Amino acid sequence: MLKAVILIGGPQKGTRFRPLSLDTPKPLFPIAGLPLIQHHIAACANLEECKEILIIGSYPTSIMAQFVTDMQKEYRLIIRYLHEFMPLGTGGGLYHFRDQVRAGNPSAFFLLNGDVCADFPLKELWKFHEGKPNALVTIMGTEATRQQSVYYGCMVREMNTNAVTHYVEKPKSYVSTLINCGLYVCSLLVFQIMAEAFQRKQDSFYNGNGQGSPGYMSWEQDVLSPLAGTNKLYALQVTNWWSQVKTAGSAVYANRHYLELHQNKSSEALCKILPDVFIHPTAIVDSTAVIGPNVSIGAGVTIKAGVRIKESIILNNATVHEHSLVMYSVVGQDSTVGEWSRVEGTPSDPDPNKPFAKMDNTPLFNNDGRLNPSVTILGAGVTVPAERILLNSIVLPHKHLTRSYKNEIIL
Amino acid sequence: MCGSDKKLGDLRALILVGGYGTRLRPLTLSRPKPLVEFANKPILMHQIEALVDAGVTEVILAVSYRAEDMEKELTEQVSKLGVSLTFSHETEPLGTAGPLALARELLCTSSEPFFVLNSDVICDFPFKDLAKFHRNHGKEGTIVVTKVEEPSKYGVVVYKENGEIESFVEKPQEFISNKINAGIYILNPSVLSRIELRPTSIEKEVFPFMAQDGQLYAMELQGFWMDVGQPKDFLTGMCLYLNSLRQKNSNKLHDGADVVGNVLIDPSATIGKGCRIGPNVTIGPDVVIEDGACIKRSTILRGACVRQHAWLDGCIVGWRSVVGRWVRMENCTVLGEDVIVKDELYVNGGQVLPHKSIALSVPEPQIIM
Repeated sequence: MLKAVILIGGPQKGTRFRPLSLDTPKPLFPIAGLPLIQHHIAACANLEECKEILIIGSYPTSIMAQFVTDMQKEYRLIIRYLHEFMPLGTGGGLYHFRDQVRAGNPSAFFLLNGDVCADFPLKELWKFHEGKPNALVTIMGTEATRQQSVYYGCMVREMNTNAVTHYVEKPKSYVSTLINCGLYVCSLLVFQIMAEAFQRKQDSFYNGNGQGSPGYMSWEQDVLSPLAGTNKLYALQVTNWWSQVKTAGSAVYANRHYLELHQNKSSEALCKILPDVFIHPTAIVDSTAVIGPNVSIGAGVTIKAGVRIKESIILNNATVHEHSLVMYSVVGQDSTVGEWSRVEGTPSDPDPNKPFAKMDNTPLFNNDGRLNPSVTILGAGVTVPAERILLNSIVLPHKHLTRSYKNEIIL
Repeated sequence: MCGSDKKLGDLRALILVGGYGTRLRPLTLSRPKPLVEFANKPILMHQIEALVDAGVTEVILAVSYRAEDMEKELTEQVSKLGVSLTFSHETEPLGTAGPLALARELLCTSSEPFFVLNSDVICDFPFKDLAKFHRNHGKEGTIVVTKVEEPSKYGVVVYKENGEIESFVEKPQEFISNKINAGIYILNPSVLSRIELRPTSIEKEVFPFMAQDGQLYAMELQGFWMDVGQPKDFLTGMCLYLNSLRQKNSNKLHDGADVVGNVLIDPSATIGKGCRIGPNVTIGPDVVIEDGACIKRSTILRGACVRQHAWLDGCIVGWRSVVGRWVRMENCTVLGEDVIVKDELYVNGGQVLPHKSIALSVPEPQIIM
């Protein structure tokens, strides 16, 4: 029997996902028509041996309750949300709820970061882990470019055994192009290691030496790093598509890949479709609209005549009026785009000329203090009037625009 | 000095066409400026028709560039009006007065005064009133003046209540008057003795002396006036012209479900469903506007096509150009002849040279070669 643990953090984390995260917690943000972590849940449910999923985070339970109920109904698994009473870091929550994980004596459990997107190779990971009797943790790894690797956890791996000999989180200088994807298979014995780390931190804290609150633990610093070089930490390198969702731009990128992976047939839409597209069955799309490629349209959305949408995510109950064009944008729930308007962003896709390139998570502003061109975002309830252009701009929720904007954040 | 073989009462006009029309590029890379259609008719034809209406039987075009192109096109159109057209070729640019000296032979065939006008000017042409006013005061010359908002950009005219001009001030640094030279005059042939055959400025070298001698009068223009020599002013002039049409001849203007405000549409053009055309739009012959397009404050020249759901504001679309679907163009974008703008682009103040195909958006004003 296997279990899965999905770590989703809390409202203090994921601030780069604002303003979209001002209305919807990032783990629930729909990508290719499904909430972000539903993709994780679906992958786990696909594995017959996986019987239970525990979601750990510091979001209030009320926010997650409906989602969990919906997931229970959809997938025949036990799914529970475990609320961290305070943010405990990437390791503290897991340690805190160790008894829940250990209950039922699973042979291993998956540990998944809630903000990664991938073609999850869970079965492959598990088989590999089982083949390494010493392994406490197997990390799924992938190749990155030399320059980009330093933004991730870097691993040095022994080629024959795949044991990780060295692990550094976000090194200051180049260590390795093999990076940590935030997906793991763990044995229950890993809690032993965590207990020792926990004890050390407690002692430090009460001696006045430690930083952070008791209970706070970093999975990467306090578990993975020390395990490196002990022949108990292994890495499986995969070439499946993998990405993180940190910004709205990365959500649009992930949208494209998930749409391709799942190739949902859109409900019988009368409009012209350029694949891949997801249109929720309750959305109303005029027959003269042209949708796609790489568009997700949420529930209750209205798309009027002559609209063109590409490379975008339209959230629930938004309305896009006649003849307008939306590209490389996220249109927030209940928002309105007026007739003949143009809502346009700039993608921040990985460099197509470099193999293994990942998305650049560029800062919001460049060195001159100007906004870097990025995906255009309309927060919830935003109104874009008719005949205007909104280019590379970010609009906070419930703002009613009265003119065109380019390269601006509109509060 | 001047023979009087021709019968009296036949008026003549000299139109200063001049040179390359560089300010109206990229349109003038394909056609000489006087032939660029303004409100669906070459600018020159607007002027010639008004002259004919006032009794002019002979028009002289002072040109220094592409005379052959103009000759071919114009001679046929003009002959239908019963007017004779003569070309006076400048081999070197002669300024604003020199061309008169060059055409001396033609202008001296009668002792009647002749009209002179700048080919860039569009207005409610007052030729009949001008001739009457001129005969009344009996002096050598009359200039039409017009009120403008920014007189310091032009040459300002200072004159008495009876019209007698006292002085000219070029680009005054402090406000003197808001009346400027509208580029339309009526002159007696005797003025030609004041002009040498060399590059000469009429405002600097001829008029001031006439004014000193008390021989120059000003007549105020009623109604709109515009120098349409550059795209921004071309569009403003178009709005003024359409507005004056509305006030006079509104059956030329188009009305309909998809039309807003003053709009001129050639009968051979086709407009799709669900469009919004206007205000202030002229659509030329054989133009195709597809479903769902929105066009405001723009000129669409002959044979062009604006595809579905496009949105245009303040643009000039050149002959046979194609504006793709869902394109947004604004801010005085000018497409030369036969330009293709691919679907879904944004063009903001682009100046696109002829036969160019653009495949990338132009988010800031730029010249595309």
